[in-house]
Amino acid sequence: MRLLTELQKKIIRVLQKEIPLTPCPFAAMASSVGITEDEFIKEMKELKERKILRRVGAVIQHRRAGFMANALCVFSVPSDRVDTVGQRISSEKTVSHCYTRKTTPDWPYNFYIMVHATTHEQCEEIANRIARENDLGERVTFYSVKEWKKASMKYFVEE
Amino acid sequence: MVPIVSEAELSELDKKVLNVVQDELPLVPHPFAALAEKVGMDEKEFLAHLMHLKERGYLRRFGAFFNSKALGYNGSLIAIRAAEDKIADVAQAINSYPGVTHNYERIGEYNLWFTLQISSDASRKKILDEIKGLPGVEKLMDLESEKSYKVRVQFHIQ
Repeated sequence: MRLLTELQKKIIRVLQKEIPLTPCPFAAMASSVGITEDEFIKEMKELKERKILRRVGAVIQHRRAGFMANALCVFSVPSDRVDTVGQRISSEKTVSHCYTRKTTPDWPYNFYIMVHATTHEQCEEIANRIARENDLGERVTFYSVKEWKKASMKYFVEE
Repeated sequence: MVPIVSEAELSELDKKVLNVVQDELPLVPHPFAALAEKVGMDEKEFLAHLMHLKERGYLRRFGAFFNSKALGYNGSLIAIRAAEDKIADVAQAINSYPGVTHNYERIGEYNLWFTLQISSDASRKKILDEIKGLPGVEKLMDLESEKSYKVRVQFHIQ
């Protein structure tokens, strides 16, 4: 990783805050780090190109918006098939996360997906279909019952 | 958990705005004007509607999302089995670490799942040792991430 300049770290810190819902949100953010709006936008674009900045946008309160069934599903997928199914499943709109993790002797599951739906039945239907279409085998599912914390990471703030 | 019946509260316009606002905000001087255009509104109306949705509690956050790996942070998902009567205490103790971004209680053999983002292996080990030692923690698995195919939280409201 190329090092970040102090200015870039400042920009990252300010971007982690709430973006103001005003016509020119970046102008206010730029002035808080002592640069112009143009410079701020240019720096954001560079961070985006370097794939450090993933996106700027909103996260909604999904439970409030009706997504009451949120399931973490884990599978054991052979390593030679994992890329193919990972890429295929990534195009599923109801899947927010799709990734692999290391296994342990008593935890053989390497493949994880998060499925979101409005009802438990619908969520089961989607998960079953995805598992069937991609030949994922046995599914172990953990439905969320309570959100204890959901925050965005604050980088370069403390260790 | 008591379901919050809310879909009925959402107008067609609310749904359109909530869907489009989860798209990428363009990096231009008037970013909201571009999103507004997608739903046939002008910038001013769109921002007013966004404020309205925010006041009603539909927007969690409007901000930037970073690639933690590219910033030198390592992410793990940690699964815990906690005694039912201790789960609230364990969850709150876990929440106190700044590197913990998500912490969900789930039904199953492991009933508490949280993510930990941290740049130093030493502090990560220290935190996990502390959590293992909490009263009520019966089992802990540290599931290190390998390959990510998709991380894009976007809810399509119909």
